[in-house]
Amino acid sequence: MGELNRRNFLKTLGVAGATISGIPANKLLAQSKSDLSEDRMGVLVDTTVCIGCRRCEWACKTAHDIPAGNLEDYSDESVFENMRRPANDAYTVVNRYENPADPRSPLNVKVQCMHCDHPACVSACIVGAFSKEENGAVIWDTDMCIGCRYCMVACPFQVPTFDYDKAIQPNIHKCDFCFERTKEGLLPACVEICPVEAITYGRRRNLIEVAEKRIELYPDRYVNKIYGFTEVGGTSWMYLSSRNFEELDFPKLGDKPAPGVSESIQHGIFAYFVPPIALYALLGGIMWISKNKDNKGEGKE
Amino acid sequence: MEHEFQPEQIKHKYFTPWVIVITLIALAGLAFLAVRYLFGLGAVTNLTQFFPWGIWIGLDVAAGVALAAGGFTTAALGHIWHRDKYEVLVRPALLTALLGYTFVALGVVTDIGRWYYVWHPLIMWNGNSALFEVGICVMVYLSVLYIEFLPIVTERFIGRVNLPGFLSMFNKIIDSLLRLLDRTLNKFMFVFIIAGVVLSCLHQSSLGTLMIIAGEKMHPLWQTPVLPLLFLLSAFSVGFPMVIMESLSASKSFGLKPEKDVLTSLSRFVGPILGIYLAAKIGDMFIRESFVYLTELTLPSIMFTIEIVVGVVIPLRMFLSSSVRQSTTGLYIASMLVIFGVVLNRFNNFVIAYNPPYTETSYFPSIGEISVTLGFIALEILIYRAFVMIFPIISLPVKSALRKTKYAIKGV
Repeated sequence: MGELNRRNFLKTLGVAGATISGIPANKLLAQSKSDLSEDRMGVLVDTTVCIGCRRCEWACKTAHDIPAGNLEDYSDESVFENMRRPANDAYTVVNRYENPADPRSPLNVKVQCMHCDHPACVSACIVGAFSKEENGAVIWDTDMCIGCRYCMVACPFQVPTFDYDKAIQPNIHKCDFCFERTKEGLLPACVEICPVEAITYGRRRNLIEVAEKRIELYPDRYVNKIYGFTEVGGTSWMYLSSRNFEELDFPKLGDKPAPGVSESIQHGIFAYFVPPIALYALLGGIMWISKNKDNKGEGKE
Repeated sequence: MEHEFQPEQIKHKYFTPWVIVITLIALAGLAFLAVRYLFGLGAVTNLTQFFPWGIWIGLDVAAGVALAAGGFTTAALGHIWHRDKYEVLVRPALLTALLGYTFVALGVVTDIGRWYYVWHPLIMWNGNSALFEVGICVMVYLSVLYIEFLPIVTERFIGRVNLPGFLSMFNKIIDSLLRLLDRTLNKFMFVFIIAGVVLSCLHQSSLGTLMIIAGEKMHPLWQTPVLPLLFLLSAFSVGFPMVIMESLSASKSFGLKPEKDVLTSLSRFVGPILGIYLAAKIGDMFIRESFVYLTELTLPSIMFTIEIVVGVVIPLRMFLSSSVRQSTTGLYIASMLVIFGVVLNRFNNFVIAYNPPYTETSYFPSIGEISVTLGFIALEILIYRAFVMIFPIISLPVKSALRKTKYAIKGV
């Protein structure tokens, strides 16, 4: 324990130094500490398998008490003319992209919260209304939220949305990984309804093995990358595709957890309240000395 | 020096044509504010799912906090370094900080969706969040500012409590309570003065940490791990120019003789502080090699250049010139430029630099947002004007030999 504290202390010293000298703090710090469960769950999305039936959109709305309409209406493919994003009334949407390798079977990309292993929203939230649960879900607590929307500023995938039209009790909306359903042993609604098993639910570490195997077996079918394996420190939702992910509007992100730099600066400034207290003592000393000097050399100034 | 001046209530007509204009601006802002509270943020603002923060955070909160820096920088100079000749500036700066932070708090309450939960951070802590740190520091500092202001209230009312009607029976007891408060505060005020400076340093820098978490979404000209340091240095550098600008504005508005000697000596500090800020900003740019973005003509590169050249380099040169420092007009223009530079810097950091993915449109503030921002500024001016007429804030030359030395030194 003592050793740990000392290391933390040295770390924070290093970060404080780096903050002043201009070296990115994350170069000095290991990944922020995590109590991530080894058995946390995830989802593997295979964009080459998805047929774009959008049943997952319907199931998601139904599971979250959002008016969903008729399932038959979801076969209307005209929505693919525009690229859509998750919204207050749609926590997941499917977008369609051309597939140059096989023009007859386009790539369909399901978009929702990625459920980061080191979520920026959890780190940013002023009241700690977001949490990363043991099963991998990143969820939001309506009883705490003050509606500041810092989560939306922080999220590298631009996922959380806000009720701008509500004067009272506006909510933040995003996919909650069907936290209420999985607690009872049910599958996430989108996974359950998918007719072609384009989305696979399982332990994240197992899903990585599955994904690696698929890439190995079908090198022509996939680009050699699992999106979400390392992005911003890893995400619970991961993707396979035959096109480069940037062409499918996935943001190009580094491997460092999104909150890393800001958290280490934050803890550097505070560091067990040593810097503020030291500053207080220093200013107190100056005050005392200059007061005494004042009394001795009266009329000098 | 301090023997020649004494804080007094200003005797002047409240309403002038300009004050009426300012009142109208304030009323327009209040009207839009009512719409926001009745129908939600969407009814008034141009905010979207991609641009969650606009000028209410970038200007009202971020720039508001920076411009209130005159309070703690002057308090540090006058009370911690005991440069007594600047004593005359401490009370006006304190009042500005007090009003500034009050309106920062109002700005936050207006911007957050659930304003009635604004107290949540007091009991729901997230030590990882830069916003939490800013929120707590601002709340505590606002309380400290009100405590620092109390001696001015006691000075105003001790021996002068005169309640109307049957309430007059309480006159005596209120008077003795004020005297007790005055004596107690006098002993412990140094605790609050130092705390005010420490709290200011903390949240001025943490305000810079806020946007770091936006990572790739923020333009590289501004996105840097040294943002907290840059925010702190720019807050230091805008503190005295704010005090100078306000002092000159107040003198002009009330037809007083400006305290030019004091302002000229105060302005000597500005050049070196601005120089350090500029060095940090340029140094950071070269270490991260972000200057490559200045070679292309884009909105960010133009805004960045204006911020540096007009807001830092030109006023730096002006404050280093002794003829500018001796001239009232020179001081006023140079101070306004520094203020402009810091306001633009906060606006750039929170609005211009923020470039979210998945959207073709960009954010431009709505009439409602602009009205509320201007309305808050107008209200601040109106309350400032009222306060310097009610309380002894602005120092005037003392003619009589009899001085009330008791309150002259304590002040704050």
